[in-house]
Amino acid sequence: MEVPILKQGGFLIATIQAALTDADLLHLRSALAQQVVRFRSRAVIVDVTALDVMDSFASRTLREIAHIIRLRGAETVIVGIQPEVAFAMVQLGLTLEGVATSLDLEEGLAYLNQKTKRTS
Amino acid sequence: MAEEIRVPINSDHDIVIARQKGRALMVSLGFTSVDSTLVATAISELARNIVTYAKHGEIIVKSIDGHHRAGVLVIAQDDGPGIANIQLAMRDGFSTSGSLGMGLPGARRMMDEFEIISEPGRGTTVRTKKWAR
Repeated sequence: MEVPILKQGGFLIATIQAALTDADLLHLRSALAQQVVRFRSRAVIVDVTALDVMDSFASRTLREIAHIIRLRGAETVIVGIQPEVAFAMVQLGLTLEGVATSLDLEEGLAYLNQKTKRTS
Repeated sequence: MAEEIRVPINSDHDIVIARQKGRALMVSLGFTSVDSTLVATAISELARNIVTYAKHGEIIVKSIDGHHRAGVLVIAQDDGPGIANIQLAMRDGFSTSGSLGMGLPGARRMMDEFEIISEPGRGTTVRTKKWAR
């Protein structure tokens, strides 16, 4: 299941729509790393609202995505982590430290508009 | 809905199938959404360990009866290389595969009872239970 990546102004929005295999997650990582360069994007939003499980591999891959994007000089925000998923992540010991998160897409866009204002 | 599911684990795709079927069974047994998510996440970690270390194995999830409460038993079994040092494998951040090393200790925290039987060369069996609150 490939994750669609939408270009919206200076932002890339990746909306996960169904459960992802490890291979899907790695594909998302390389697709975002390439597209952020191709479109000179200032920020990436990964919408995980549809994910009902975030295990250690998914969590690690999202953190890697955020770090890769940061090295490209852009911001990343993960939006839509469900309450049960957040609960399970904390029990697992995975807290996405150093990665920006927002409640939903709208909040994520507001956060990024604020964050990238000065550089735009 | 069957009271027991069995999912052969041979690839990363099977990890997704195992946790989805496990969650569906939990929901049908009346577990809360939080508990179903915890167990689905634990299944995901155990199934990934099978793929990473043993390549092939099986996840079994079945309903069990406790004293006046419902529960589920998750069994993850493989005939892989086994675990040389179980104490070390249960420690946060320890991994021989370059992963975060949170899978086994994390799965134990998400479940109520947790037991590993493993010996080098003899495969690994994890039996873990979650009780309804």
